[in-house]
Amino acid sequence: MDDSRRHMGAPYEEAFKKDAAGIKAPVNNAPEVEGRKNMVIFEARGVGYRYDDDEALSNVSLNVHAGERLALLGANGSGKSTLLKMLDGLIFPTEGSIHAFGEELSEAALRDDGFSRAFRQRVGFVFQNSDTQLFSPSVREEIAFGPLHLGISLEAADERVEDTIHILGLQHLSDRPPYHLSGGEKKKVALASVLAVGPDVLLFDEPTAGLDPKTETFLARLIVQLAAAGKTIITATQDLRLVAEIAERVIILGEDHKLAGEGTPSEILGNRELLLAANLIHDHPHRHNGIEHFHPHSHLKDHHRDEE
Amino acid sequence: MAEIKAATPEWMLAARQTGSCIPTGERLKPGAIERTVRGLSRALRETVFAEKVASRDGLLQGVDPRAKLVGLLGLLIVAALVRHWYVLLGLYALTLAAARLSRISPWFFVKRVWLFIPIFAGIIVLPSLFNVVRPGDPLWTIWDFGREVTFGPWSLGESLAVTRQGLDGAVLLVMRVAVSVSLAMLLTLTTRWADLLKALRVFLVPRIFILILSMTYRYIFLLLGLASDMFVARTSRMVGPATPGEDRRFAAGSMGTLLGKSHTLSDEIYAAMISRGYNGEPMSMHRFQMRAHDWSWLAAAFVIGLVAMGGDRFLG
Repeated sequence: MDDSRRHMGAPYEEAFKKDAAGIKAPVNNAPEVEGRKNMVIFEARGVGYRYDDDEALSNVSLNVHAGERLALLGANGSGKSTLLKMLDGLIFPTEGSIHAFGEELSEAALRDDGFSRAFRQRVGFVFQNSDTQLFSPSVREEIAFGPLHLGISLEAADERVEDTIHILGLQHLSDRPPYHLSGGEKKKVALASVLAVGPDVLLFDEPTAGLDPKTETFLARLIVQLAAAGKTIITATQDLRLVAEIAERVIILGEDHKLAGEGTPSEILGNRELLLAANLIHDHPHRHNGIEHFHPHSHLKDHHRDEE
Repeated sequence: MAEIKAATPEWMLAARQTGSCIPTGERLKPGAIERTVRGLSRALRETVFAEKVASRDGLLQGVDPRAKLVGLLGLLIVAALVRHWYVLLGLYALTLAAARLSRISPWFFVKRVWLFIPIFAGIIVLPSLFNVVRPGDPLWTIWDFGREVTFGPWSLGESLAVTRQGLDGAVLLVMRVAVSVSLAMLLTLTTRWADLLKALRVFLVPRIFILILSMTYRYIFLLLGLASDMFVARTSRMVGPATPGEDRRFAAGSMGTLLGKSHTLSDEIYAAMISRGYNGEPMSMHRFQMRAHDWSWLAAAFVIGLVAMGGDRFLG
C-alpha cells in the first residue's frame, strides 16, 4: 500500500477486504459504526435556496450522523436534489448555513485546497442522470478520474480501478466508451467512479429511477452493504419501497420545499396523512374482484404492480 | 370511472377509428426531417463500427497511437510533396496492404476512399484535363472546331481536346487525394478517438484542450441521441408531409431546445467533475508505452517516405 492510499483511505481500506477468491467485498463494521453514530457530520441550519425567483428549498434544518442511513423523501420538485447538491458543496445556501465535518460549507471554504481535497475525498455523489457523471472516454478512465484528481499516483489509481471493477463486476465493460452502455450499466459505472474515491459519505440522487428490477435490487443491496461497512448513506428518492429497504431515518420534504416530517421508515410509511400531504401517495379508484374502491398508492412501484 | 369522464373532453374519449388502413399507392417523399433522422442514425452506426474496427487485433491497431500519428503524418507530407503519380500509386498500394493487415475489409476501404474522390477532387480537376485550361499535347480530340474559336480576349483554339499534361496533372492530384484520404482513414479507423486525441500530446497540444475535445466527442453522442429522439417524436405525430417552411421552423426550434439542454447538461457535468475532485487541472491515465514494435513502425514509415522521395527525385 502506498502513502497516498493510506492517506485517503481509511474508509476504503477498512470497508473492503479481499475474499478467498481475491475479490474485495464490503466488510461489516457494525460495532465501530455504532460507536461513531453520535458524531454529527452534516449540520444544516435554516437552509434555503432560490434559483433566480423560484424557491427550491426553504428553512430546512437537519443533522446527519456518521454511519447513518438517511432517506430524503419528497415529490418531484420538492428540493431533494437541491439539498443533496448543497450537502456536496456544489451549490451553496441562499439562506442559513451548512456545516460539514465541523467546518462551514461555503464557496470560500471549498476554495481552500486542503479542505476541498479532504471534503471531496470524504463525500461522493451519485447523480440521478448517469450521463452527466460519465464524461471520460472509457469506463476505466471514468473510474480513475476521481482518484487521480485527488492526488494519488497512477499505480495506486490503477489498483483502485481494478478493485472497483471487480467489486461491481464491470470487467467486461472496462475498456468500453460510456455511450455504448445500457442505463443499468451506466449507473453501475457511475457508482464505481464514486466508490473508487473511497468516500465516507455517499449521496444518492434517485438511485433506482429508470432501472430494471435486477439492477435496482443490486443497487439496494449494495447500499445496505456499504452502510454496514460504515459508510454514511443519504438517499434522495420518492420510491417508498426503497426507503424501507435502505434507510433507518427518513426526512420528508413537502411540496412547499419545507421539512414536512421526520421519523423511522415504519413511522413515516405508516403515516398516510403525511404521505398524502407530501404527494408521495395518492388515492386512486380501483376495481378488485368486481368492486370499485379507493386506496392509497405510491407514485412508482405500487401503482404499476396493482395495474398489472 | 365517472370522475375521469367528467374531467376529460368528449373528443378525447370518443372512439374514432373510422378511416381504413388500406394503402393508396401514393408514395410520400422523405422530407428534410426524415433525411436528418436517417443521417443521425447513420452517424451513430458508423461510429460504433469504427470503434469495433479500432479494437480489432491488427497491424496498425497494435501500434502506439503517438507513433502511428507521427508515422502517418510523415507519409501524408511525403504524399503532398512527390510529383509522380506512379510513386503515389506505390504508396496507395502500401495503404491497401496496411488496411488488409489491420483487418479492414479492402472493399470497404476502397469504397470509402473512392466514393468521395469523384465528388471533391474529380470536380476540381475536370476542367484541367482540357487544352482550354491546360494547353499541351492532345491525347483525345473531343471536338474539332475547324478554325480558331475566340470569346472576346479568350481563345479556345481549333479543337477541344484532353491533353497529356492535363491528364498527368489530374491523375497526380486524384492519386494524391486518394493516398492522403487513405492514410487519414487508416489512422482514424485503427485508433480509438480517445487515444487519438490523447496522442495529440506528442505535438504539445495542451491537456485542457484534449480534455475538452474528448468530452465534446463523448457528448455529441448524447446530443445526437436527443436530436434523433426529437425528430422521431415529431415524425410519429405527423399526418402527411410537412411543408419546407414547417420543417425549417421545427429545425430552428430543435436547435434552440438542444442548445438549452446542452447548457443545462454542461452545468451538471461540471458539478459531477467538481464532486470528484476536479480543480481545473486535468489528469488522465496515460498508458502509452513505446515498445520495439512501435519503433519498428516509425522506422518503416521513415524508410517508406525516404524511398518515395528518393524515387520521385530519381524519376526527375
